[in-house]
Amino acid sequence: MVVLGLVSILYAGVWLASRAPAIVSAPEISTSPAALPFYAFFSFLRMLAAYILSVAFTLVYGRAASQNRRAEKIMMPILDILQSVPILSFLPVVVLALRAILPQGIAAELSSVVLIFTSQVWNMTFAWYQSLNTIPKDLSEAAAVNNLTKWHRFTLLEFPFGTISFIWNSMMSWAGGWFFLMAAEIFTVGDKDFRLPGLGSFLHEASDKGDFTAIVQGVVTLVLMIVILDQLVWRPLLAWSDKFKLEMTTGAEPPKSWFYSLLKNSNLVKWFDNRVLKPLISRADKKISRRSTPIEIHSEPGKGGIIGKVVPVAVIGLILFGISSGAVMLSNLTLSEWSGVFEGLVMTFLRVFVTLLIAFLWTVPVGVLIATNRKAAEVLQPLVQILAAVPATALFPVVLLFFLSLPFGMNLASILLMLMGTQWYILFNVIAGASAIPTDLKNTATLLHLKGFKKWRMLILPALFPYLITGAIAAGGGAWNASVVAEFVSFNGKTVVTGGIGATISQATAEGNFPLLLAATLIMVVTVALINRTVWRRLYNLAEDRFRID
Amino acid sequence: MKAPLVQLKKINQVYGKGEKQFPALKHIDLQIREGEFVALVGPSGCGKSTLLRIITGLQKASSGVVNYKGAPLKGVNKEATIVFQTFGLFPWFNVIENVELALADRDMPAKMKTARATEAIDRVGLDGYEMAYPRELSGGMRQKTGFARAIVAEPELLCLDEPFSALDVMSAESLRGELLELWSEGKLPTKAILLVTHNIEEAVFMADRIVVMDKNPGRVIHELMVGLPHPRNRKHAEFQLMVDQVYSLLAGQTQPEYLEYGTAPGEPGITRKLPDVPIANIASLLEGLIEHNNKDVDLYKLADEFGHDSDSVLMATEACELLGFVDVKQGDVSITPLGQTYAEASITARKEIFAARVKRIPIFSWLINLLSSSDERKIERPVLLAALELEFHPEEAEIQIDVLINWGRYAEEFVYDDTNETIYLE
Repeated sequence: MVVLGLVSILYAGVWLASRAPAIVSAPEISTSPAALPFYAFFSFLRMLAAYILSVAFTLVYGRAASQNRRAEKIMMPILDILQSVPILSFLPVVVLALRAILPQGIAAELSSVVLIFTSQVWNMTFAWYQSLNTIPKDLSEAAAVNNLTKWHRFTLLEFPFGTISFIWNSMMSWAGGWFFLMAAEIFTVGDKDFRLPGLGSFLHEASDKGDFTAIVQGVVTLVLMIVILDQLVWRPLLAWSDKFKLEMTTGAEPPKSWFYSLLKNSNLVKWFDNRVLKPLISRADKKISRRSTPIEIHSEPGKGGIIGKVVPVAVIGLILFGISSGAVMLSNLTLSEWSGVFEGLVMTFLRVFVTLLIAFLWTVPVGVLIATNRKAAEVLQPLVQILAAVPATALFPVVLLFFLSLPFGMNLASILLMLMGTQWYILFNVIAGASAIPTDLKNTATLLHLKGFKKWRMLILPALFPYLITGAIAAGGGAWNASVVAEFVSFNGKTVVTGGIGATISQATAEGNFPLLLAATLIMVVTVALINRTVWRRLYNLAEDRFRID
Repeated sequence: MKAPLVQLKKINQVYGKGEKQFPALKHIDLQIREGEFVALVGPSGCGKSTLLRIITGLQKASSGVVNYKGAPLKGVNKEATIVFQTFGLFPWFNVIENVELALADRDMPAKMKTARATEAIDRVGLDGYEMAYPRELSGGMRQKTGFARAIVAEPELLCLDEPFSALDVMSAESLRGELLELWSEGKLPTKAILLVTHNIEEAVFMADRIVVMDKNPGRVIHELMVGLPHPRNRKHAEFQLMVDQVYSLLAGQTQPEYLEYGTAPGEPGITRKLPDVPIANIASLLEGLIEHNNKDVDLYKLADEFGHDSDSVLMATEACELLGFVDVKQGDVSITPLGQTYAEASITARKEIFAARVKRIPIFSWLINLLSSSDERKIERPVLLAALELEFHPEEAEIQIDVLINWGRYAEEFVYDDTNETIYLE
């Protein structure tokens, strides 16, 4: 079975390669369906490269931050800020920096990878850092008294402990990556126009031409790829990682995957695992382990060695340099540009607000329905999963076709795009929250004859509250970030803009107006950070204090 | 004479910085010699687990010397291992993998590791369960896995950190017996065992020497040898005498009144901590005493009848003593007339007695004064916390606030609103 599968995949690859149309290598982006498999493959490779980069960054950064208390105090806030920088704002910096040292083609390719990387990496790093910090004390001490080396502490303790959250966050990161693929494969900085062959640029080109058939073909290819990855990679990984769960009791239904069961039961895979994989791994493990040093349990504070002294100085120097040159840049802005930024801020703020409101209005009832009604769940659950998997940016051209003819069309369309990109965070949280309402509380509600509005007010909404806040924090951040692609779109040969800070960022990027880009980005980051600190953090604490059901 | 296996000299452990320093351990001198089974007992919060971590090198003391076989210890002691209260098992590994973990970084062939792990599993009586995962095992079997992992490492010093306190009574007892058997028959490659426990009876049952620690600050107050032959009989008079002796060391050390009650926060002298004990335990302790016809009762007997561990009985006794409900003299408790009245009173009368007594405790009256002198007769928790952090370790300060709130609520002296974290005078 597995052999057959392997052979057919190999054959398909060779067959595709031998028939590659010349158009794929041309600088223009084709909208012919023949190019689609190649474009899909290229996009996949870019995503993969960015993901590998993200994993490496996560491991190194998370380790450094969790090991050194002083570094942690600088590193985590930096990450927090980077996380709220809209990814398109990174674009000119990345492109120009790479252009300076590399030829154009490679620079464009690398920039695209780095852009996707910035859309994937932050949540993974946060999650990993959090796992490292929440390893139970007894496990960590057990590793130390048994004299494990740092390498074995990583492979036997840290990695297994963090695996489940790592996989979930990887899945989220891939979804985020697909969302920004459209922006990462085709972009203009100043007078330079970069296009890379891929699915994102295909969809972009198709919507630029107004070619509806091509759009549909592109979207179908994208969805197909996402579903295949889900079935062949993520589900099996989740099923495999079930053994790493920490609970000491056997409880909920473990995740299942047909592909994982197939691999597990295949004799060929077993043979490969026992004869090739295991010996290889154990040999590598021995080699690395010998070079690794034992765990240090109490590093002396204040004796960080040369690196410990140089790195903070370098970081502070860089920050100071950045602030001073940023200040010079900002002083070039005219007053009207500043007022434009703030006007845009207010408009985008309103849009984000409306987006969250709409999201709440429909996800709460639907989420509760899915969680409590088995029949509804059977129909809705798979539907929702597929819908959530489709990156909103890919569907956007279709949405635009429909909305642009309406009054305030672009305004509505941009809200819709922000909604499509962020509502899932809330929906999935609502489902999780509603499924977690304890049965005894539900029974009590029934015994008290709580019904309708009263039941919602006294049981369901309070129980959902912590989950709603968690969902809203993610959705809010995502909506701000999405405004950059939602407020400024080129479609059917022309550019459609609606006023907002996201549009300002896109426009400044396209025109190469760096002072404006910097100003708009800074204002947006500060706003998002402020909202998080003042509104969400408080609500979150309230939720943790009063509404958490354990 | 040979150098002792472990020698601690003037160990001090301090938490916090600057003015807010709290001594966790003070001037600890301790020796563990080869062939010894030493038990470290004391109430919770006396720093015995911290001391164990310092001995094994998991934690570095603020000052003082740890010598191992005459040489200063650097980093984690490679010749020591720990059996943890919470087992310390990796949930993603099965029994044999968990045991092999102790050999993961030893230079020996994989086959030999497996053979030794299997042998250790046999020795603790877990054969047949090699492939089981921790979540499939009972508490007792999990701890057997913990013991197997400790045995397979062949440590010179075996440290047991409350290894039986997370287990049910039956498995704890049988595991104790099995460990003693392995140890006394020389089946363990170990040179010395250090047991940390708050269960006094357990210490007398197992150890050759008992080191008694007390809290505030954590220090060694006494050492005594247990000369009884194994297997020891808990019903034996000598055994019970020994247990009683340790209890009297820990409870009711007669102190002058100003030390007994302590001083209010901010005043010179030490502020006495309130014992963190549920109000209900006070009444049930008193009722237990009344059943003994008001005779003096040995504390350890109460622990037995209560079905509580010695720690919670000691704490309830401490609370009763503080409130003037009992007298404690050398491990014997007798109920006072006031205590008797309290125990027999109605719910409201109990509250009145409690309120009248609790106001005599300096820390409590200090808080009442603070509340009544404030404009709106209220105080926010963070403000109170800041004040108490001048007297206690931050974590302890939090606990003290909770106890104050709990007692104040019961006495109906004040109310506490958790939403805005504020205490109001009633």
